[in-house]
Amino acid sequence: MTGDAALRAHPPEVSAARAQRFGTWLYAEHELRAMRSYLSVIVAYSIGHPLLYLVAMGIGLASLVDANGGGDFGGVDYLVFIVPALLASGAFLAASGEFAWPVMDGFKWHRLYYGPLVTPLQPWQIAAGHTLAVSIRLLSQSLVYYLIVAAFGAVPSGFGILSVLTATLAGLALGTPLMAYAATIKEEKAQFVMIQRFLVMPLMLFSGTFFPLTNLPLFLQWVGWLSPLWHATEIGRVASYGYAEPLWLSFVHVLYLVALAAGGLALSFRTYRRRLVT
Amino acid sequence: MLQNTPGSEPGPSLPTARGARPTVIRARGLTKRYGDFTAVDGISFEVPAGESFGLLGPNGAGKSTTMRMIGGVSQRTSGELEIMGLDPEAQGPLVRAHLGVVPQQDNLDEELRVRDNLIVYGRYFGLDRRYLRAKADQLLDFAQLTDKANARVDDLSGGMKRRLTIARSLINEPQMLLLDEPTTGLDPQARHVLWDRLFRLKEQGVTLILTTHYMDEAEQLCDRLIVVDHGRIMAEGSPAELIRRYSTREVLEVRFGTDRNAAVVPQLAGIGERHEVLPDRILVYAHDGEAALEAIVGRGLHPLTSLVRRSSLEDVFLNLTGRSLVE
Repeated sequence: MTGDAALRAHPPEVSAARAQRFGTWLYAEHELRAMRSYLSVIVAYSIGHPLLYLVAMGIGLASLVDANGGGDFGGVDYLVFIVPALLASGAFLAASGEFAWPVMDGFKWHRLYYGPLVTPLQPWQIAAGHTLAVSIRLLSQSLVYYLIVAAFGAVPSGFGILSVLTATLAGLALGTPLMAYAATIKEEKAQFVMIQRFLVMPLMLFSGTFFPLTNLPLFLQWVGWLSPLWHATEIGRVASYGYAEPLWLSFVHVLYLVALAAGGLALSFRTYRRRLVT
Repeated sequence: MLQNTPGSEPGPSLPTARGARPTVIRARGLTKRYGDFTAVDGISFEVPAGESFGLLGPNGAGKSTTMRMIGGVSQRTSGELEIMGLDPEAQGPLVRAHLGVVPQQDNLDEELRVRDNLIVYGRYFGLDRRYLRAKADQLLDFAQLTDKANARVDDLSGGMKRRLTIARSLINEPQMLLLDEPTTGLDPQARHVLWDRLFRLKEQGVTLILTTHYMDEAEQLCDRLIVVDHGRIMAEGSPAELIRRYSTREVLEVRFGTDRNAAVVPQLAGIGERHEVLPDRILVYAHDGEAALEAIVGRGLHPLTSLVRRSSLEDVFLNLTGRSLVE
């Protein structure tokens, strides 16, 4: 069209067919490319943040706890006990940001979603593509973090690598329902900050992260049972150091996380479509 | 010539009376309601391939809603709509694969560089990277942005961002380009650069569908247009036809002072074909503006300023609706 006869786009039918098949990945590609421009921030945040916890809690506090026989951690050091929880909470925290502000950016601030909306992509593929891109980010940061703590000798079992997956799942179990909600917000009036302060932070504190959930009085333990972070942490502990729990309970943890993530995603498909197609 | 018969492959549909060119948009009684509000009220029009077709009207006339329905991202309440023989509601992705869209508000990714914005957008069409790298360079050249290829979008001026958005819309080599208020908010120089680029596309045979509330833009770019107001078509034709039909050849603008304008009008009876009283001036529609001015002076009236000009689409709109396009 603008010169060069050799340069030809494929026909629209091919565009539509490829978008139908690979649309989710095509959208994720865009986000991953954009993430490269703030890669240093992602690295600093995703690795620096839990590392800080690792040093402060896992090493500093651990020496105090272990020296004073501070608690029953299933026969392992406090550091070993806390690592799967820190791994999961790193992904959990990152997801609480990635499924909030970028969604607002897509619909409102920079209206980024309205670009792909007028291409062969469909609204559900935008939601799925965002989820895929963030999943890749969560997986990568969890893997790097895992390799660091493994180098510290804080993961006795080789199955500990599975905690990278469960940590990512924890992020998605919080993230996709958050994304479904974020897609309905017309004006951001500190809703996300409220969610961080009054949902994410309390869940971090009461999900058996820094001490076993059973240390809490029974009337507070339900917070952990509902929290995706607790479920992910528990399986992470099973994988990392053979924390003893019945097999059926591990299945329940995984099912709970998958159900939240899948339910949130299905809901997002609806809220994205409702917002984008008038 | 391709013909669209039931069960045949999607493609350009029946040739129309306008000539050999197939119809690429066919709208019949197209209606969109939001609750009690009717944004588009039963409009019908057809656009042949290669035409530059405009929807001219004030803000809120239903132009953007019509554009969204063409792209299948707004569901019609009733009526029929066919784009290249396809129903955009049922086959949205395939319809959009044929289109290039320039939205009213820029939605470039400011975290990406200029060239990368073209490439990621091209990927949405499943285009391979080798094609996209070459095509991106070609389009940057077309949009006069080659030296900005590695700049951040943030650093571009408003005009450059619009040109980049137009370049982006061409990445899939669409045969139809939808432009929603393409030059709103740009300075006159940037608008002229943009018009020049759009004119080149038109010369290459791209069908342009354009919404605007600028009459000069419509006159510059459109072969044919519909004037819309409150979701209805008020008139249809080429800019010259519309002016001929709904206005006089010339317009005399006279100013007697804000306080006196309305009072003077009765004394202008019989001069020109029609008068419009605006807050700051009186428009006298006449075939010969100079003669009308002489007649006014001959009645002992002495306007503070006077100006004779050719009729424009603004006059057409004023005549049709009693209101100005840009309010």
